Amino acid sequence: MSADLVQFFTVNWLGQAILMVAQCLAVTVPLLVAVAYMTYVDRKIWAAIQLRRGPNVVGPFGLLQPFADGLKLVLKETIVPSSANGVLFIIAPMIAFMTALVAWAVVPFDNGWVIADINVGILYLFAISSLGVYGIIIAGWASNSKYAFLGALRSAAQMVSYEVSIGFVLITVLLCVGSLNLSDVVLAQSGGFWHWFFLPLLPMFVIFFVSALAETNRTPFDLPMSEAELVAGFHTEYSAMTFGLFFLGEYANMILLSALGAILFLGGWMSPIPYAPFTYVPGVVWFALKIAFLLFVFSWTKGTLPRYRYDQLMRLGWKVFLPVSLGWVVLTAAVLQFGGWVPKP
Amino acid sequence: MLLQALAFYVFAAITVAAGAMVVVSRNPVYSVLFLILAFFNAAALFVLIGAEFIAMILVIVYVGAVAVLFLFVVMMLDINLTELREGFLKYFPVGALIGVVLFAEMLLGLGIVGAGSATITGLNAHGAQVLPIDNTRAIGRVLYTQYFYLFQVAGIVLLVAMIGAIVLTLRTRPGVRRQKVGDQINRTKEQAMTVVKVPTRGGV
Repeated sequence: MSADLVQFFTVNWLGQAILMVAQCLAVTVPLLVAVAYMTYVDRKIWAAIQLRRGPNVVGPFGLLQPFADGLKLVLKETIVPSSANGVLFIIAPMIAFMTALVAWAVVPFDNGWVIADINVGILYLFAISSLGVYGIIIAGWASNSKYAFLGALRSAAQMVSYEVSIGFVLITVLLCVGSLNLSDVVLAQSGGFWHWFFLPLLPMFVIFFVSALAETNRTPFDLPMSEAELVAGFHTEYSAMTFGLFFLGEYANMILLSALGAILFLGGWMSPIPYAPFTYVPGVVWFALKIAFLLFVFSWTKGTLPRYRYDQLMRLGWKVFLPVSLGWVVLTAAVLQFGGWVPKP
Repeated sequence: MLLQALAFYVFAAITVAAGAMVVVSRNPVYSVLFLILAFFNAAALFVLIGAEFIAMILVIVYVGAVAVLFLFVVMMLDINLTELREGFLKYFPVGALIGVVLFAEMLLGLGIVGAGSATITGLNAHGAQVLPIDNTRAIGRVLYTQYFYLFQVAGIVLLVAMIGAIVLTLRTRPGVRRQKVGDQINRTKEQAMTVVKVPTRGGV
């Protein structure tokens, strides 16, 4: 092997590595900024619902509030309880935050704008979102506190239950698409909002959204951290940045599930009306608008609904969503088969 | 190619080490966590040989569901570690025997020993010929045509196991009060409250 060929390979490899790091940063940095401002927007929306002003002191309109909060969390002391399991106690928030970030590798932001365009994108997202529960359950156990442990047990049961119906929702969508690739899912919905899957699969969209609320432990399903009974649930013992990682991970997960909802049901990066003035807008903007809409519904729900009781939560997951989504999978398969709409590979 | 080989050895080493730690570690919760690590690295090995569908299913089913329930149960149990250690020497021969049998079966199956080598190479050649499609489709086509009945039977076995577990644990106890959602929703204003005109100083 000649010397310049070797050099070519090393340079090429290095170039690839640099490109990959740049791509990861290009996704992660805007995501973290979005997470920071999601906390701000969330508080502003609740404030508006409750006729308050919300954060308005730090910076103009309180816009620097998320950075002030972040700085506070970084500068505070991280307290590890003396009876806690030290290693797992520190690892748990890292797992919670990391699983919320790595899932973004397969999310297509525009046509071809995706870090890893893998064939099993939907399954990858589903697999990673099912790992999120470990951060919570390990945190609850390692804290060695009854409130944290009860919160973790509730959360584990809740997330495993609602994953089942999310799985069936994914199966329905991929029956209609004929591919597990997320870009293919979006391309299958091209041609205006009347081609998006939320219209024919409206019940599944509703089930997906409610399950997403349960997956991210948001109101009305925020039992794992119901403050009236469990202090703060699984993160009772956490302080400073270890708490901050849970907090950021929760918001990153919300944004992730909104992105998944936008891809599966709202046509991803597609413009709602496929004609001239609308198609000039870049796909990323449409995608961001759709995510923002779903996130607004997340906050709206939190400001409006009371918390479910635990038995109601389990009943809804296993006795309502599971049969309905399973039935809808069978119905979709039958309609596709007998209507002659089975997607050709 | 070198990177792939390196990745293989890293993942394989972690899998084996985590598997050993499952047995060796003193705390059962650590054992389950190491089991999860082993599952995860096995999934990575599947990705390396290009079986991404099986890798994802492994993570979803084993890591995402089965191991969570393991962890759930192990965390709830108050396991006495010294008691757990006592039986070790007694059960060691049986465990070793099972290990040897499994290892021998694997060697036979992979065709390193004996005449089984035709199957795996034949499968590879077969796969290479007819598959310009991704392995998710390939598995689907084989599973729902050639092995359709076996697949259905496997499903029925799992269903029977599930029903069996429910039948074994379901007890009907008398006098248990339940939430009946239908009754609660169907309750009307007339049933739930009465408007009373209370005379001054009279009370209800």
